[in-house]
Amino acid sequence: MSDIKAALRRYIEDNFIMGTGSAALGDADSFLEHHVLDSTGFLELIAHLEETYAIRVGDDEMVPENLDSLDAVAAYLARKRG
Amino acid sequence: MLLHDAFESIAERLPGKTALVCEGMRLSYEELRARVHHLAALLAGDGVKPCDRVVLLLEGDIDYAVAVHAVLLAGAVLVPLSSTTKADKLAFVIDETEAVTLLADTRLSAVWSGMRSRCPSLRSVRSNVDFDAPAPGTPPPHRCIDQDLAALIYTSGSTGRPKGVMLSHVNMVSAWASVQSYLGLLESDVIGLALPPTYSYGLYYLLMGLGLGATVVLERQAAFPIKLAQSLERERVTVLPGVPTLFASLLNLPNLASFDLAAIRLVTNAAAALPVRDVARLRAALPRAGLLLMYGMTECKRISFLPSEQVDTRPDSVGRGMPNQEHWLVDETGQRLPPGATGELVVRGSHVMRGYWRRPAETAERLRLGAIDGERVLHTGDVFRTDAEGYLYFVARLDDIIKTRGEKVAPREVEEAIYQLQEVSGCAVVGVPDNVLGEAVKAYVSLRPGSRLAERDIVRHCLSRLESHMAPKFVEFVDALPTTESGKVRHASLRTHLDPTPRK
Repeated sequence: MSDIKAALRRYIEDNFIMGTGSAALGDADSFLEHHVLDSTGFLELIAHLEETYAIRVGDDEMVPENLDSLDAVAAYLARKRG
Repeated sequence: MLLHDAFESIAERLPGKTALVCEGMRLSYEELRARVHHLAALLAGDGVKPCDRVVLLLEGDIDYAVAVHAVLLAGAVLVPLSSTTKADKLAFVIDETEAVTLLADTRLSAVWSGMRSRCPSLRSVRSNVDFDAPAPGTPPPHRCIDQDLAALIYTSGSTGRPKGVMLSHVNMVSAWASVQSYLGLLESDVIGLALPPTYSYGLYYLLMGLGLGATVVLERQAAFPIKLAQSLERERVTVLPGVPTLFASLLNLPNLASFDLAAIRLVTNAAAALPVRDVARLRAALPRAGLLLMYGMTECKRISFLPSEQVDTRPDSVGRGMPNQEHWLVDETGQRLPPGATGELVVRGSHVMRGYWRRPAETAERLRLGAIDGERVLHTGDVFRTDAEGYLYFVARLDDIIKTRGEKVAPREVEEAIYQLQEVSGCAVVGVPDNVLGEAVKAYVSLRPGSRLAERDIVRHCLSRLESHMAPKFVEFVDALPTTESGKVRHASLRTHLDPTPRK
């Protein structure tokens, strides 16, 4: 699980995070609140999850509870992959 | 009549009615007005005087609505900025407007914490902690007149520097009245505002809704279409303003039909043209709702709307203008063109801006002398054609502005950020067609010999300096950029010549 979280963090940092001058993103911090992801960003994140972890994100699963922090995504992936 | 007068009298008449709903919180008109008066008193206590500029860097929530009305009540000029604004742009706007006060969200403190020492004009910085609790306060006695500026709304320009559109109380009240005459918003309406209320489109809906006694639901989770659909159902939303990307994300919900959205009676689109395909899908999903396709620009708020009953016959038109406005097409020499012609759209009316803040050259380009002595009319820079009945059809933008996610991006602004990288020898930024974004920002970059910069380095650099929608989605490295004889990069040839290469 922590491996997955580290990989997710790398993906988020490489693709979305403003490098300099921004406070470090905590594991429980909301991507939306911290302006890391917007609506298009979440679509990219979902595409990344489906491709990397061979899962299918259901439309009813596209909710902040599953996607809006590193903790939330890691827990969601753990549930999905059983 | 001033822009905020309507809100003040409605709050008097309907004190107990719900004015705002945001993230589970509900505020009555009386509660909202108490907060507005409290903050207006704070501003006056800070020494804010009529015509002073106050910059807002707030999330689009209740505090933002409070701040908008409080700044107006204090007689000051509202300068709203997107909550995604970065420190450099914030400092630029504060400096250029010589703002005396910054109202800022604590959650964005990383962006604004250094402003007090960085910007000499600032006399006070107030975080929303200072005003998000109701407290007694007496509104200031100052009152401006309707010729004074109500707002300076910053918009991207082809010069690369954002420009402040100067809008007087008369401008904004006029635009409001014209728009209301065809929108027909009702006191009983519940407006589902999923748009950022810092831009013209969302700001007017917020002002109009609260000036009419309607209920405005600030939808903060529009990034999750399911959450938006749930909220539209739960709050019995009756009016849904949106942009093409917002409607696309709603329409792509396979279970959209399982939500009861029958209360929606009016849907409006603006900012970018709604694809004809989505017009039909929206009609099918919300068969009882009226649909208005609208066109405008911050410089005068709104120019045209296509009435609901025309949408199915001519979905590619933006309509025939709006009430209390004259408009026509001109050729390159400024000559009026007859119906059926193609040319630049010119607009005349009391909603046309006063100009760009401290940019005489750019103002002179957009505002030119009209037929009546002393009058100035707006040359939109947008090319349209008309049919025999006067319906307008958008053809192209005169300059190279990129429209992505419904927002405008000036290529120059992105290029200047990329040029900060020492290893970059040349770059050009253009918009390329994109199914999701409308246009995607693409950067062509040439590097100095020996450079090891990767696409990702460029994107990350831009993300650290620009709002996220401005950062390139695609980067392509080239040996040299096509230039004109005078050495200027030819954007037009780049837009057509190479296929976009996905960033990986």
